[in-house]
Amino acid sequence: MNALTLHLPALQVIVPMLMAPFVVLLRARSLPWAAATATSLLTFSIALQLTMIVMDGNPVSYEMGSWVAPYGIELQVDAFSALVLLIVTGASSVALIGGRESLASIISTDREPFFFAAWLLALAGMAGIVVAADAFNIFVFMEISSLASYVLIAAGPDRRALPATFKYLILGTIGATFYLIGVGLIYMMTGTLNLGDMELRIHEVADQKPILAAAGFITVGLALKAAIFPLHVWLPNAYTYAPHIVTTFLAACATKVSLYVLLRFDFFVFQQNLAGHEFQFAAYLMPLAVLGILVGSVVAMFESNIKRMLAFSSVAQIGYMMLGASFVSATGLTAATLHMFNHALAKGGLFLATAAIAVIAAGCRLSDIAGLARRMPWTFAALVVSGLSLIGVPGTAGFISKWYLINAALELETGGIALVALILVSSLMAVVYIWRIVETACFGESVETEVKRVPTALVIALWAVAIANVGFGIAPDLPLSLSAAAADILLGHVR
Amino acid sequence: MNVLGIYHYWVFAILLMIGFYAVIAKLNLIKKLIGLSLFQAAVFLLYITMGNVEGASAPIFGFGAETFSNPLPQVLILTAIVVGISTTALGLGIVVRIKEEYGSIEEHDIQEIDRR
Repeated sequence: MNALTLHLPALQVIVPMLMAPFVVLLRARSLPWAAATATSLLTFSIALQLTMIVMDGNPVSYEMGSWVAPYGIELQVDAFSALVLLIVTGASSVALIGGRESLASIISTDREPFFFAAWLLALAGMAGIVVAADAFNIFVFMEISSLASYVLIAAGPDRRALPATFKYLILGTIGATFYLIGVGLIYMMTGTLNLGDMELRIHEVADQKPILAAAGFITVGLALKAAIFPLHVWLPNAYTYAPHIVTTFLAACATKVSLYVLLRFDFFVFQQNLAGHEFQFAAYLMPLAVLGILVGSVVAMFESNIKRMLAFSSVAQIGYMMLGASFVSATGLTAATLHMFNHALAKGGLFLATAAIAVIAAGCRLSDIAGLARRMPWTFAALVVSGLSLIGVPGTAGFISKWYLINAALELETGGIALVALILVSSLMAVVYIWRIVETACFGESVETEVKRVPTALVIALWAVAIANVGFGIAPDLPLSLSAAAADILLGHVR
Repeated sequence: MNVLGIYHYWVFAILLMIGFYAVIAKLNLIKKLIGLSLFQAAVFLLYITMGNVEGASAPIFGFGAETFSNPLPQVLILTAIVVGISTTALGLGIVVRIKEEYGSIEEHDIQEIDRR
C-alpha cells in the first residue's frame, strides 16, 4: 500500500467536506455543479478503491492524527461499510450527472453555490457516518448530513416543501438526540466511545439496566432517522416536495445510512451482550418490519402522486431490510444488506424517471402523465425496468435480494411460510402500484401539453441505472460477495 | 440508592419531558423549536453532570489539586451545543420562510391552507 492508499478512509470524508466551502466561492453558472459532480465522482472512485482493498475480508482501520484507538478517533472500513459507501457516493454521482438541467430549473443562479455546498456536506456527513468507528463522531456526522439535507429538501419548488422540512427537522433532531442520550448512558457505564472498545467493556459492566435503556434510546433514535414504521411520518412529504434530483439522492441512501448504524450498534455492541435479552432486537423489530411492509405497500397502491407513491414504497422496502436483519441469520443479513444496494438501484432509477417526467408534467400526479409514454418512450422504458427490479422480477437486481429474503424466512422454524406469503403479497402490491403508473402512461388519454425535451444527460443517467438494475440481476457477484461478507462481519460479533 | 442523591438525573428527565411535551403538543412552530432546544439542553446536562467528580477541581494541572473532573463529556457537549445552535438557527430560518409563504406560523393554519 502506498502512502495515499493508507489515507483513503479519511479522504472519503475530507474531500467532499473541504470542497463544500470552496464551491460556495464559485459564482459562474454551472461551475458549482461541475465542481460538486467532480468531487462526487472522486469520492466514488475512493469508495471503489476501498472496496477493492476490503474485498479480501480484512477491514481497514485508520487512526486520526495517529492517536491510538480507543484514545484517539478511529475510522474503520469493512465490507459492510464499503457496500454502503458505494451506495452513497454512487447515488450522489449519478443524481448530479443527470440532474444539472433539472436542478437549474428550480434553483436560481445566485443560490446554486450554496445548494451544491449543502449537497457536498450531506455527502461528507453520510460518508462520515459510515467510516466512523466512534459513537460520538457518528452523531456529529449524522447531524452534518441531516442539517445539509434539510437545506436540500427545503429547496423544493413547491411551498409545501417548507412544512415538510420543518417536520423532518423536528423529528430528525429528536432522533439524533435520543441517539445522543443512549451514547451518553453507555459512556457513563463503560467510559469509552469507540465501538470496538465498547463491545469489550460492556461485558464488564455489573449493572446492565442503563445499557438496556441505552439500547432502547439508540434503537428508537436511529429507527426515527431510518424511517422504520411507525416512525416514518416525516418521509413521505419530505421525499414528495424535495427537488426531484434531491429525492433521488436521499431516497437511495439517507435512510440506509441510519439503518447501517442501527445494525452496527445492535450487532456489535448490544446483541447478546444483554443477558437474557438475546432476541430483543428480532422480537421488537420484526413485527414493525412486517407492519411497515404491509402499510407502506397498501398506502402506495392508493396514492395518486407518483413521488408520494414511491415514498411510501420506500417505507415498505425499509421493512424488507429490517425483516432480513431481524432473522439474525447469515442468509437474512445477506438479504438485508443486499437489499440496501438493490433498493438504491431500483428506487434511484424510479426517482430519476420522475425527474424526467416532471420536465413535462411538473405535478407528477397520475392524472398528469396520461398517455405520456407514447411521447417519452425511453423514459418510461427505463421506469418499467427499474419498476420490475423494485417488484423483484427474475433477471433484475430486486429478485436476488428477495430470493435471499425468502430463503432466510424458510430457514425459520416457525412462521417462515407466513413471512414468505407476506413477501409475495407485498410484491404483488408493488406490481399494482407500478402498473398504475405504466397503465396511465401507456393507455391513458393524452393530455395536450407543450412539448419539451428531456435533457440527454438525464436520460443517459436513467438508462445507466436501469442497465445496472438488469446487470446486477444477472451478475450479482460484486454486491453479493460484499453483503455476504457484511453478514459474516455482523454475525461474527454475536457471541 | 438515595433518590435525592441523584437529583441531577431528575432535573435531566424533567427538562427532557418538558421539552418533548412542547415539541409534540404545541402547534406554534416557534414554541416547537423552543421545546426542541430545551430537549437538547437536558441532554447537555446529562453529559455535564456525569463527568463531575465530587470534590474535584477543573482538569488543570499544577494548582495543587489531587482529583480532577472528567473533561471529555464537556468537550463532547461543546460540539453538541454547536450542533444544537445550528439546528435552531436552521429551524428558525425555515419558520421565517414559512411565514413568508403562508402568512402564519400556526400548524393548523398551514394545514388548512395546504388543503385548499
